[in-house]
Amino acid sequence: MSRSFGDTILIWALRACAAIAGAVVLLIGCFVLAESIPALASIGLTRFFSDASWHPTQGLYGLLPMLWGTLLATAGAVLLATPLGIAAGVFCNFYAPPPLAKIYRRILELLAGIPSVVYGFWGLMVLVPLIGRLQPPGPSLLAGILVLTLMTLPTIALTADAAIRSVPDDYRRAAAALGLSRFATVRRVILPVAKSGLLTGVILQVGRALGETMAILMVCGNQVQTPRSVFDPIRTLTANIALEMAYATGSHRGALFVSGLLLLGVIVCLVIVADRVAHRRVHV
Amino acid sequence: MSRSTVALGERVATAVLWSAALGVIAVFAWLLVDLAGQGLSRLSFEFLTAAPRNAGRQGGLGPILVSTALILLVCMAVSLPLGLGTAILLAEFTAPTQRFGRLVRRSLDVLAGVPSIVFGLFGNVFFCQVLGLGFSILAGGLTLACMVLPILIRATEEGLRAVSDEHRRNAAALGLSRAATIAHLLLPAAMPGLLAGWILGVSRAAAETAALMFTSGYVDRMPESLLDSGRALTIHIYDLSMNVPGGNATAAASALVLVALLLLCNVASACFASRWLPRRSLAR
Repeated sequence: MSRSFGDTILIWALRACAAIAGAVVLLIGCFVLAESIPALASIGLTRFFSDASWHPTQGLYGLLPMLWGTLLATAGAVLLATPLGIAAGVFCNFYAPPPLAKIYRRILELLAGIPSVVYGFWGLMVLVPLIGRLQPPGPSLLAGILVLTLMTLPTIALTADAAIRSVPDDYRRAAAALGLSRFATVRRVILPVAKSGLLTGVILQVGRALGETMAILMVCGNQVQTPRSVFDPIRTLTANIALEMAYATGSHRGALFVSGLLLLGVIVCLVIVADRVAHRRVHV
Repeated sequence: MSRSTVALGERVATAVLWSAALGVIAVFAWLLVDLAGQGLSRLSFEFLTAAPRNAGRQGGLGPILVSTALILLVCMAVSLPLGLGTAILLAEFTAPTQRFGRLVRRSLDVLAGVPSIVFGLFGNVFFCQVLGLGFSILAGGLTLACMVLPILIRATEEGLRAVSDEHRRNAAALGLSRAATIAHLLLPAAMPGLLAGWILGVSRAAAETAALMFTSGYVDRMPESLLDSGRALTIHIYDLSMNVPGGNATAAASALVLVALLLLCNVASACFASRWLPRRSLAR
């Protein structure tokens, strides 16, 4: 097919747009890497994991306590939010009367848009004093887990709802024809079929929880230590960057970029895994 | 299993699902009621226009709202044309198997997962230092533009794909160029859907905090140019609740303003989307 001159120009302009948009992520990777290389070279990768603690001014660059903080907060939040989110998705599709389900979805959409700083503020005002009364000091891993759970819940619920809704009606009819009860249909038929969609949603939320900064920063107490109980204050990798970027210089600054690079690497892996899971049709 | 245990299990499942779903909503209601209780007394017209005094404990949000609006304006002015171009290319000119398109899509998927604090690190190096913009509204807006790009592109692409193929065939039969087809037929037909997606992009940018901490900065004076540092509403909430003793009431009031703005965005987006759906089905 021959193209008019205008169309040729248009296509090249569009390609330029797409090239720029596609290059942004490369640009981010390159700059974060470039800023980390001096620190990686002078400190060495292993010392980020072997140093006893994080005292950049005294030349100690151990990221492990904060890595534990990040992992535990994420794991706790995802473990709490996943069953609740899936329950909300099942509720919308099988239990709620259709008008209620419609309102419920709208509310979830609204909640998914609430800024993390607002969740953090509420956690600081309400949850932290409550936890402090239960077991001082209050700002703690538990507070972080609860706030992260709230933050990720609406999105997990919405993706679960979409995954469950996309199960072909045939499965429901077949289950009904077999005389399966409502809950048995959900548990034995619908959830297994929707598995890949549910899993993709959860993996993407793991990524979001790992990278969340503000809410965690506001409720976790920010002490660099490996937590021994859920009531211990923790500091996550993201909170560390937010707290210290303002005044860090030299290899201290470089070390912060290394932790950013670490986060970026983990997220890239998660996105690729999510992509694989989403495109593999899971049959049972 | 006897019939009565099945019925009992079914009843328990129903009760658990209803209470989980309603419990989730109850927690969020608690959050919003708390915010309203703390902040409503501070809200007034003067609060929206006056300059903050005494580190924000008194006075209002005037300059902060202006800075926020400017940051969002910069963000959309850059990301909209870029996103629109990329989306048109992906939706209209790229077969799903084509390598360039697949590459761009994959890189956008990764970009969508990058944590906001990493955007902050990147923005600080690239826009503030390498491009020499310093802590400025421009640097903050550009950083956010990178962040919302994947959301805008996905929404625009979906909007364009939803336009019936009949339009495209009719235009081709009339001998219209692709450029003219897009400008005069496809974009107008998809417009309500595109607007809905773009508003969601704006609200995502307005909710962002961590990416702005070291790009647009904390200065709460009225900005005089785009190269001035300007404090976004989210940063204001963070600063008041963490660094200003006695700032909670103002923080709650600011959070209410932010949530109200986002709510407005969400309702507007839903209105556009619902206007669009009936027209789409008419076109079929």
